[in-house]
Amino acid sequence: MKILVSAKRVSDPNARLAISKDGKWIEGDVEYILNPFCENAIEAALQLAEAHDGTETIAVGIGDDETARFIRQGALARGIDRGILVTADEAEIDSDLIARIYQGLAYREKPDIILLGKQAIDGDSNQVGQLLAEYLGWPQATFASKIDIEGNEVIVQREVDGGLETLALTMPCVITADLRLNEPRYASLAGIMKAKKKQLDELEIDDLELEDTDAKVEIVGMSTPTGRKAGVIVKDVDELLAKLHNEARVI
Amino acid sequence: MSRSNPHLTPDHEAFALAVRTFVAREIAPHVEAWEEAETFPRELYAKAADVGLLSLGFPESLGGVPGDVWYRLVATMELARAGSGGLLAGLMSHTIALPPLCALGSDELQQRVVPQVLAGRAIAALAVTEPGGGSDVANLQTRAVRDGDEYVLHGSKVFITSGVRADFLTVAVRTGGPGAGGVSLMLVEGDRPGLHRTPMKKMGWWCSDTATIFLDGCRVPASNLIGSEGLGFLGLMHNFNGERLGLAATAWAFAQICLEDAVAYARERQTFGKPLIQRQVIRHKLVDMAMRVEAVRAMVFDVAWQVEQGLEPVAEVCLCKNFATEALEFVAGEAVQILGGAGYVRGARIERIFRETKVLSIGGGASEVLKDLAARQLGY
Repeated sequence: MKILVSAKRVSDPNARLAISKDGKWIEGDVEYILNPFCENAIEAALQLAEAHDGTETIAVGIGDDETARFIRQGALARGIDRGILVTADEAEIDSDLIARIYQGLAYREKPDIILLGKQAIDGDSNQVGQLLAEYLGWPQATFASKIDIEGNEVIVQREVDGGLETLALTMPCVITADLRLNEPRYASLAGIMKAKKKQLDELEIDDLELEDTDAKVEIVGMSTPTGRKAGVIVKDVDELLAKLHNEARVI
Repeated sequence: MSRSNPHLTPDHEAFALAVRTFVAREIAPHVEAWEEAETFPRELYAKAADVGLLSLGFPESLGGVPGDVWYRLVATMELARAGSGGLLAGLMSHTIALPPLCALGSDELQQRVVPQVLAGRAIAALAVTEPGGGSDVANLQTRAVRDGDEYVLHGSKVFITSGVRADFLTVAVRTGGPGAGGVSLMLVEGDRPGLHRTPMKKMGWWCSDTATIFLDGCRVPASNLIGSEGLGFLGLMHNFNGERLGLAATAWAFAQICLEDAVAYARERQTFGKPLIQRQVIRHKLVDMAMRVEAVRAMVFDVAWQVEQGLEPVAEVCLCKNFATEALEFVAGEAVQILGGAGYVRGARIERIFRETKVLSIGGGASEVLKDLAARQLGY
């Protein structure tokens, strides 16, 4: 079996971001982390590989040398077998192009499962898995909270409004990982040492011979959230209820 | 630490991140409760092994992962962020128990003990100090007398970290005549008859298991002798620099935490209509603290670099440990002062660190002993 898994870096949610002068991207000394949902996808890939002998796991990142660092230390150091970096300027790619890049990689690597984080916590778009499955014509299971393999089928439990849904997918397929899928392991010291020697190929988008490399989303502008307004102190419960009813319109 | 240390590579930083995650997930949420309970769960050893903390610096053939001095500093620094020196000492007690065994022990003994300790399945402790003398290793009184294929041990040990629950103890004993040449190291399994252990209550390091140990006719096979008779002092020398540098790094990490917490509190705390940090008397205190933290950092890095170069900076490590622990006593004292009541009540990291300053200037060679050693080394 062969599993392709995502390793996307995202800006640290605790970092203070500054918006660039043209108002269309972030700038400054931004701290990055590995996307937490990608960590779940990586852990799921590792668990599947441990349970099924002869499974090869490949981590994919799209970006520059810094992204390569996250592939090596976030994925290869945890035990993923090898990595692929597709070089691109992160400011110029959108969810659709990322899905098409994975499509190109799927034709090239012929994986049985593509495991992605359900979304990246920076853009929060939640589109790549769904678009990719459509472009490939493969079955998909998003928001996975449990993954088992039975024969040529992948049994995926997914979190949906009001409960859990269980799907049986034939391989090859696309799965996106939710937070409760597993608890990601640490990149151990031994893993970090081994990761140095693992294969990490570098590709350009052109190498993938995609039919369409246009970005469909244009960032028109970015702005910081408006600061919280000062609160008011109410005299009594009646006034509170009145305000919640008439002004906030929540009751 | 990472940004101010030019020696760190992305691999060091990846390890730092893994340890930081481990500390945030497995230690920080529980450390208060463990301190109050005066213990921490045994399972933490296996979890620490998963992240590679225990195997760091030991040979691959024994399940270790060799790593340079910067990995050890990174590990110490990140573990110290939990603000409990007792946890650090207890969890890492194998770093003083195993090096003599790895340096001098027979293959059979090494294979029997080291891999399971590095995997977090067994706990190792070092037992040297005795009621009659601390740093005076050359005069220790515990005796091991050869009786056929066994040694019979009589004596007692105090202040032994991880001593009560250790599965393996590296015990310093006298097999020969007086002086350092008569000292040997013996591996004693925790379940040997004649080995009695009781916990000690302490000013700080509450969650660390610290034991008084009595050896009352405790018999161990002769094959448990680490190396040959008379090599005890040589074996222990494998620990000195690493342990002292580790204690200096801990002191530096704690001083850094005290400074951070004091600054954060001074920004928040309003007194007479202004934040505390705008008061000159407080600003000067903070600067005096920051100055010492920076000086210790520079010294720790420099001595660590010397160690990494294969130099044997014995005097420098002594100076570094003393300087770092003195600086911490100052910085922790000022931090508690700035926090006032909030720094005196239990639950604040700096309250605990303040209680732990003394053990750092006593353990691993008391300041006075290290000064004497440094003076001799420097030819004074």
